Amino acid sequence: MKDTRVIELDEVAIRFSGDSGDGMQLTGTLFSDASALFGNDISTFPDYPSEIRAPQGTVGGVSGFQVQFGKKQINTPGDYAHVLIAMNPAAVKANAKFMKPGGTIIYDSDTFNEKNLAKANFATDDPFAECKLNDYFKIPVPITNLTKESLKDFGLDNKSVLRSKNMFALGLVCWMFNRPMDYIEEYINTKFGKKPVVAESNIKVLHDGFNYGMTMQHMTPTYLVHPANIESGIYRNINGNHATAWGFLAAAEKSGLELFLGSYPITPATEILQALSERKDLGVKTFQAEDEIAGITSAIGAAFAGDLAITTTSGPGLALKSEAIGLAVMAELPLVVVNVQRGGPSTGLPTKTEQSDLLQALYGRNGESPVVVLAASTPSDCFWYAFMASKIALERMVPAILLTDGFLGNGSEPWRIPKMEDLPSITPRIAKNSETFKPYERDKATLAREWAIPGMAGFEHLIGGLEKNKMGSVSHDPDNHQINCEIREEKVKRVVDLVPDLEVNGDDDGDVLIVGWGGTYGHLISAVRELRLEGKNVSLAHFNYIKPLPANSAEIFANFKKIIVCELNLGQFASYLRDKMPQFTYYQLNKLKGLPFTVNEIKESVYKLLEE
Amino acid sequence: MAEFNYTVKDFKSENEVRWCPGCGDYAIMNAVQRTMAGMGISREKYAVISGIGCSSRFPYYMSTFGFHPIHGRATAVASGVKLANPELSVWVITGDGDAMAIGGNHFIHLIRRNIDINLILFNNRIYGLTKGQYSPTSDRGFKTKTSPFGTIEDPFVPGQLVIGARGTYFARTIDSNLKLSQTVFEGAAKHKGTSAVEVLQNCVIYNDGIHDEITDPAFRAERQLILEHGKPMLFGNDNEKGIVFDKGKLKVAVIGENGVTINDILVHDATEVDPTLHMALINMQLPELPVAFGVIRNVEAPVYDNEMVEQINSIQKTRKITCVDELLKSGNTWEVK
Repeated sequence: MKDTRVIELDEVAIRFSGDSGDGMQLTGTLFSDASALFGNDISTFPDYPSEIRAPQGTVGGVSGFQVQFGKKQINTPGDYAHVLIAMNPAAVKANAKFMKPGGTIIYDSDTFNEKNLAKANFATDDPFAECKLNDYFKIPVPITNLTKESLKDFGLDNKSVLRSKNMFALGLVCWMFNRPMDYIEEYINTKFGKKPVVAESNIKVLHDGFNYGMTMQHMTPTYLVHPANIESGIYRNINGNHATAWGFLAAAEKSGLELFLGSYPITPATEILQALSERKDLGVKTFQAEDEIAGITSAIGAAFAGDLAITTTSGPGLALKSEAIGLAVMAELPLVVVNVQRGGPSTGLPTKTEQSDLLQALYGRNGESPVVVLAASTPSDCFWYAFMASKIALERMVPAILLTDGFLGNGSEPWRIPKMEDLPSITPRIAKNSETFKPYERDKATLAREWAIPGMAGFEHLIGGLEKNKMGSVSHDPDNHQINCEIREEKVKRVVDLVPDLEVNGDDDGDVLIVGWGGTYGHLISAVRELRLEGKNVSLAHFNYIKPLPANSAEIFANFKKIIVCELNLGQFASYLRDKMPQFTYYQLNKLKGLPFTVNEIKESVYKLLEE
Repeated sequence: MAEFNYTVKDFKSENEVRWCPGCGDYAIMNAVQRTMAGMGISREKYAVISGIGCSSRFPYYMSTFGFHPIHGRATAVASGVKLANPELSVWVITGDGDAMAIGGNHFIHLIRRNIDINLILFNNRIYGLTKGQYSPTSDRGFKTKTSPFGTIEDPFVPGQLVIGARGTYFARTIDSNLKLSQTVFEGAAKHKGTSAVEVLQNCVIYNDGIHDEITDPAFRAERQLILEHGKPMLFGNDNEKGIVFDKGKLKVAVIGENGVTINDILVHDATEVDPTLHMALINMQLPELPVAFGVIRNVEAPVYDNEMVEQINSIQKTRKITCVDELLKSGNTWEVK
C-alpha cells in the first residue's frame, strides 16, 4: 500500500460519473462552484445521455460531469480526467477513455457486484483490467454502505438514503482537494429549507465523506491546487445558456425596450427560455409557443409591434424557422434567433455538441436571404454576443442569428460581472417624422429602414413577405426586385462597421495560423498556448462575427505560411472562407463525435502540418 | 368611449383592390371597415394581420397598421403583436386553407389561450389563390383539380374546432349579409378574448355558388336561423318555426302544430359556459335543420394578455431585483482583489 501522497498541480480535471439518477450533475456543479469560490479558475462540461432515466446500471445510462480547475487560466474542462468518481461499473466502462494515464479512480465498491458488472456488459469480474486501467490508482470505497451507516439514525427510507450517496462522494472529493464546504452546506440548507431532515442528513453524509478521506489518508492522495491569479472584480459562475438569456435582458434595458421571447422547448436550448421565464421581475414576456414556427412568428409579431424580440432553439428548430427568418429578412424587422447547436442531422445527438449548423444559419432559406451571423466562443461571452446581436438587429433593422452550442450552453466558467454603464448604447431606429415617413426609406450610410410601431399615429403602413417598393406596396417590378435583393445583401455587409477587427492570439505572423469560430475557442487557445511554450510558431485567429467577417481578416491570413481551420463539422467554415477569401489555402481539422476537441488532437494536427 | 367621427373611407387605403369582380371579400371588408369606424378606437391602434390566400390580401386595402406575413402563421404573428402591445386592437384575416390546413395548429392554440384577438375566417371551401384545389372544409366527394374523382376525406367544421379548443366567442355570418356581418364583428371586437367569426364566402371563379343552398334569397328564411342572445330560436318566412330540444337532439318544430307553443322553443343563451348546446347549434345542417348564424357563443374566461400583464405587475410589486445590474450581482458572487 502506498503512502499518503500530496500532489501539487497547476490544474486538475475531475469527472463525476454514475447513473443518470445518481445526482452526478448536481455533485459536479456544487464542486465546481466551491472551487470557483475558493479562487480557482474553472471550466465545466456536463456529458449526459438524452434519455432521462436510461436503464439503471447500463453504460447508456451513465451521466458524467467533468470540471477542470487550476491556478492559471483554464479554458477547457480538460481532455482527460486526473480523477474519476465512479458510482458503478458502467461508469468505469463509459469513462475509461477519458482518463489521464496514471490517474485516480475512486469507486463505490458496493456496486461492483456480479449483477452490475453484467449490466455494464463486463465479461469478467475485473472491470479495470478489461478497460486497460491496471496502471491507474484505484481507491475502492464502500460508499453505499457507509452512507447507509451514516444515516441509520435518521429513520429515512432506503430510497432516500441511497439518494444521498452522491454527497458522500462529494465530501470525499472536497477533502482530496482541500475545498471548503461552507458553500455546499449553504446550498443544501437553502434547497431543503422546508425539509430540515433532508438537509441535515445530506450534510451529515457530506461530512462523513470528508472525514472518511481524512481518516483513510494512508490510501488517498490529496491534491493541492492553489487559487488562480485572475483580474480583480466581482465574479460569479455562469453557463452559456444563462449568459445568453442575461445578455438579452441587458440589451432590452439598454435599448429601453420590452423583451419578448417566443420559443419552444428543445435540448439544449430550453434553459434560455427557462431563465427568461424566471425574470418577470424585469418585465420579460416569455411565450411558450405551440411549436418552433409559432415561436419565431410570434417574435416577428412582437418585433413589428415594438419589442426587442427573440426566439431560441437548436438545429432542428432552426430548420423549422427558416421560412419565418426569410420573412424577417423581407419585412426588415429586428429579430434575434439563437441556435444552441447540437449533433445533427435530424434529431441527431440532442445532448451532444457540434458546430454543423453554420451553413444552415448562413444560407438555409429560400431566396436571397442574408442575415447577420454571430457566434459566441465561451460560456460567459454568450452574454456579450447576445447583447451585440440585439444591438445590430435593432440599429440595422435586420435579423441576426447567434450560434452557440451544447458545450457552451451547458458549460460554465467564472465570469467577471460587467457593469451596465460600461456596455455600449443601443439606439433603436424609431421613426420620428410621420410627414416624411416611408416604410422602406433607408439611411444612406447603413441602408437600415426606420421602425414605425403600431400605435404611432400618422405612421400607419403595411409590411409583409411580398416584394415591395419604398412605400411598402407590393411590387412585381423586375428592376425593383433586383435592387432590393442587392440592398438587403449590402445592408448586412455594412454591419461590418460594428464588427471589431479580428485579433491574433500569438504573433502576428508565423508558420501556422489556427482558425476557429464559436465554441471551440477554449480548446484552440489552450493548444496554441502549449504549442507556443514548446517553441512552435503558431497563432490563433478566432471568429465571433461570421457574416459579415471582420474587415481585416484577409490581412491577418496573409501573414501566415499555413492556415488550418478547426471546427466540429466537416468543413463548413472552411468552405465559407474559401468562398469569401479564395486567395488562401485552407487545411482542415474536423471532428464529428458529439464531443469538443481535445487539446491534444489539435496539437497533433499542427505538428503534422509543421512537418509537411 | 372616445369619438373619432370616422367614416368607412378613413379605413380604406389608396391601394387598388384586386379581388375578382363579384368576390364576397368586398362585402366582408366593407363590414369590417364600418365596424372599425364605429368602435371608438383611434385608427393607429388597429393592427390587421393576415395569412396567405385571397382573403389575406385584406391588409393592403386597409389604412391601418397591417402585416401580411407567411402562410398559416397569422394567428401566431398576431399573438406576438398583441402581447407586445396589449393596447392594440388586433385582427386576423384568414381563410379555410390558411387557418384549417397549414395554420391549424396555431388556430387551435390561439383559441385555447384566449388572447384578445378578433379572427375572421373566410370560408369558401376551396383554394382560390392557387386556382382551385379542395380545402379542409370541402365536402367529402367534392371534385376539384386535385380531386378529379372526388375527395375521400371529411371536412373540418370550423366551429367544432373552436369549441374543441375551448373557444369563448364564435359567430357565423354570410358575406352578402352586411348587417349581420357588422353585428358579429362588433360583438367580436367587444368580446374580451379570442373571437372567431366564420364567414361563408363565395368564390365567384373557382367555387361559385357553394353556399347557394343556404344563401339563396328564395329559401333563405327557411334555411337560416339567425341567433340572437336572449331571444327564441325562430326562423321561417313568418317566424313560424323554431328549434326545440327533443330526446337529446335539436329538432325543428312548428308553432301551433302538435301543441307546440312559443314557450317550447329554445331561447338562445350565448353566455352559457357549457358548450353542449352551442356545439349542437354549430352542427345543424340542411336539410333536416337550418344553418345557425349570428353569435353562437360569447362567454367570459381569463384572457391571456391580461393574465400576462397582471402576472408581471404582481411579481414586480414585491421584486427584489429591479434592474440588470442587480440581477448580475444576485446569488453567489465573490470578489477577487
